[in-house]
Amino acid sequence: MCTTCGCGHGQVTINGRAARPTRSDAAPRAGYRAVAPLDAVHAPGLDAERTLRIEQNILADNDARAARIRAQLKTQGIFALNLVSSPGSGKTSLLVETLRRWAGRAPAAVIEGDQQTANDAERIRATGVPAVQINTGKGCHLDARMVAQALGQLQEEGALLDRSLLLIENVGNLVCPAAFDLGEAHKVAILSVTEGEDKPLKYPDMFRAADLMILSKTDLLPYLDFDAEAAIAMARQVRPGLPVIRLSTRDDAGWAQWLDWLGAGLARAGA
Amino acid sequence: MHELMLAESVVRLVEDTARQAGAKRVTRVRLALGALAHVDPDALLYCCELVARDGVAAGAVYEVDRPAAEAWCANCLRIVVPAAAGASCPDCGGFELDIRAGEEMRVIDIAVA
Repeated sequence: MCTTCGCGHGQVTINGRAARPTRSDAAPRAGYRAVAPLDAVHAPGLDAERTLRIEQNILADNDARAARIRAQLKTQGIFALNLVSSPGSGKTSLLVETLRRWAGRAPAAVIEGDQQTANDAERIRATGVPAVQINTGKGCHLDARMVAQALGQLQEEGALLDRSLLLIENVGNLVCPAAFDLGEAHKVAILSVTEGEDKPLKYPDMFRAADLMILSKTDLLPYLDFDAEAAIAMARQVRPGLPVIRLSTRDDAGWAQWLDWLGAGLARAGA
Repeated sequence: MHELMLAESVVRLVEDTARQAGAKRVTRVRLALGALAHVDPDALLYCCELVARDGVAAGAVYEVDRPAAEAWCANCLRIVVPAAAGASCPDCGGFELDIRAGEEMRVIDIAVA
């Protein structure tokens, strides 16, 4: 396991071949062996052991917290989005520009997730919109418990208003945040044109979890070899029918579509 | 890193169940991790062993079942088995797949002494 972020390496391949025998297909090691299918017959009672059924989702605790957040947001008619991407795709710049262009439509609040620093929350607050910074330390994703605490903070500040927009910027990471429900209405994946167009195929879990993809930094397209149509096609391979909005914080293209999408979502929130 | 958090959930479920049953020791933990589940089983088990080391489930044997992926292919109009997340239909090569199974992450049961 990677000692920096803890990422697993059990399915690592080099040139398509297993980098090393994984524990699941190597000879059984202490503490771990592969087993027969789920319906395999057990033979309990042969010794003093008892089998206790659990049958619970590993993410049940997070999912229950997320469900409570979703219920609270629905009561208040708040439209919440979980923005996910690689580091450096321009999430915070997109948020700042979105808040600037959204101003006057409805109240908004932002939850910022980063391992360290309050820089992003400060950038948001400079727009006049309230923001809470979650620092995850070594953590690579936000979870529902953190978001519940951040919502409590916003509430304390009187910043969680009825019929408002709540934008949650997740930690820049295309892997781990895919698994964690934060109680949002939608995950929005941001792919910048300075990245590889095959990112959706390289990180399918995230793009499959998204309900909208924003292709960002499109003003740079003339200077790059990035094939936007190919990127969108690959995103739709992992998530058939995924809606896509192309925009840049440097020009007006795509903004009407994005603001309308937010407005329509807010109109539905709480219904 | 998200495997560590998942491991904490696994061990919490296991220890709570064992405590409620008055068990002294957990000898085996059986998990279902779907073929498309967003987790690395190897890393998860490594983390489980670490998280559990001072508790009632220390030293337990982990068994992992990998329920197969199932997806509805809108082209073939039937259930197919995609090779991975983002893989095409093995029959028609299309990508109009609606994943129906294989994403689960569950603790099935434990054996206690």
